[in-house]
Amino acid sequence: MSATDTGSGTGVGVAGGAAASLGRLRSLARAELTLLVRNRTAMFTALLMPLAMVLFMRSTVEQAPLEGTGLSPTDLVMTSGIPMVLILVVYLNLIPAYVSRREELVLKRLRTGELRDWEVLAGAALPVVTVALAQCAVLVAAGAALLEMTPPDRPDLLVLGVLLGAVLMVLTAAATAVITRTTESAQITALPLLMVSLVGSGMFVPLEAMPERLADVLRLLPMTPVVELVRYGWLGGGEPGEVLRALGAAAAWALVSVFAVRRWFRWEPRH
Amino acid sequence: MEIGEQVIEVSGLRRRYGPAKGDGGFEAVRGVSFSVARGELFALLGTNGAGKTSTVEVLEGMAEPSGGRVRVLGHDPYRERARVRPRIGVMLQEGGFSSDLTVAETARMWAGCTSGARPTSEALEMVGLAPRADVRVKQLSGGERRRLDLAMALLGRPEVLFLDEPTTGLDAEGRRETWRLVRELRKGGTTVVLTTHYLEEAEELADRLAIMRAGRIVVSGTPAEVTASRPSRIRFTLPEGVPAARLPLSLKAAEHGRGVEIRTGRLQESLTELLLWARQEGVELTGLDARSASLEEAFLEIAHGGGPDTVGEDDTARLAKAGAR
Repeated sequence: MSATDTGSGTGVGVAGGAAASLGRLRSLARAELTLLVRNRTAMFTALLMPLAMVLFMRSTVEQAPLEGTGLSPTDLVMTSGIPMVLILVVYLNLIPAYVSRREELVLKRLRTGELRDWEVLAGAALPVVTVALAQCAVLVAAGAALLEMTPPDRPDLLVLGVLLGAVLMVLTAAATAVITRTTESAQITALPLLMVSLVGSGMFVPLEAMPERLADVLRLLPMTPVVELVRYGWLGGGEPGEVLRALGAAAAWALVSVFAVRRWFRWEPRH
Repeated sequence: MEIGEQVIEVSGLRRRYGPAKGDGGFEAVRGVSFSVARGELFALLGTNGAGKTSTVEVLEGMAEPSGGRVRVLGHDPYRERARVRPRIGVMLQEGGFSSDLTVAETARMWAGCTSGARPTSEALEMVGLAPRADVRVKQLSGGERRRLDLAMALLGRPEVLFLDEPTTGLDAEGRRETWRLVRELRKGGTTVVLTTHYLEEAEELADRLAIMRAGRIVVSGTPAEVTASRPSRIRFTLPEGVPAARLPLSLKAAEHGRGVEIRTGRLQESLTELLLWARQEGVELTGLDARSASLEEAFLEIAHGGGPDTVGEDDTARLAKAGAR
């Protein structure tokens, strides 16, 4: 009950170091996980939506123009499932999470402490990113065990594609939160990227089945390089040039979103 | 640690919202200077919009000043955030805590983000929230939320504590309890910067205080110095048929109907003069009341426009003048 032991010069110097940073991230992520579990809408989006979408895709895949693409229907569904999980679980959940933390002044309050700005954003993202990564692992395992798919041809590329995709989704969610005023309006502000990615990034219709010119334009979309990296990594077949192009595009999008978040992200509600 | 070390130094601080030039922006802080010594409790007073929070946010490293120089514990609080933050504790005017976490979960999260944090149970106990540990934040009362905020500010055993209106929304007992805690912390050597619009709070706690108006500090000093700089007041009512014009010219009297008010920097002299005059003339002064300025009077007068140089002037005229400057 004593308050007199303060002011003794504790914590002198920089509270830096990777260990301290990791500790802060873990504490924040733990609190966010608690919030995720208590939020039914978020839990539904995170756990059931991806499953529903993959099943839906399976039922429509027969109509996909796969001739000459070298993809089987199963290949298309499973490799598209990974970027789909990233969008549905990470992107769709994080926008309302960032918005509600901002409007509840949680972000502002967190920034009064020792957390760095990027730690505040990353800590909030960690639980959903973990859930998404676990679902991606389940997809790969299910492909091999149940659907007679080959194990990933280049696991390194697959992992890189998934991680770049996850980072991109976190950053674009933060960027989307800038133009989102309430958690309800997140359902609308999330639509452009969601629709553009589903339709244009080669998830339902592979780019190889599209006219060359159109495909080149669609490769400029944020999720396209992720879809490509996942395919090259899982199924193989990417020329070194193609792989490099996809990596470059994914990295470019990540840099653009870092810039956008640093420049425009708002930590407190508009007055 | 040297004695009398300045823990906070602010000189010429300006803070502007909106565009840097033109009419679109608003300058909330317009050249504020003060310093706070180690172990001191410094209070910033002012009405809403005077610039208290805008000033404190710069000290906390939440915002960059648009002009002037700020040092907290010898560092730039904004650019050297990582050096300053572990040594300070911050309580914002409005706390931001996720409503679906419990008090204990919130405290655990904050403790994990704070170097050298005290046990969460200890921090909650200090503010009397220990029995509410398992309650969700959304079920707390406004006062309990303020106390949770204070507990989080205290977690890291800060050397410097920033409290932005810490007792707003607390009932009388909660306020006393917070005062007791703040006094105890100060006794333990913590430097405290407090903003408040409760005069009683500043009078009760502050070693020194500054009163802000329209982005500037109008007066500062110990509570006694601030009140001493204000005129004392003598009030009475003259009997019918005795106009105030008959009062000695040296007394600067203002008439309000039949009531008369005299403002003076030398209460004893003026009062003597008045009473001698009254005896000489055989005038009865009804409702005679003479008092030194209280902090509240000083505050009201200063905060609503009267600088020490403009005592007695009409409010609107004064504001117009300030605007034209």
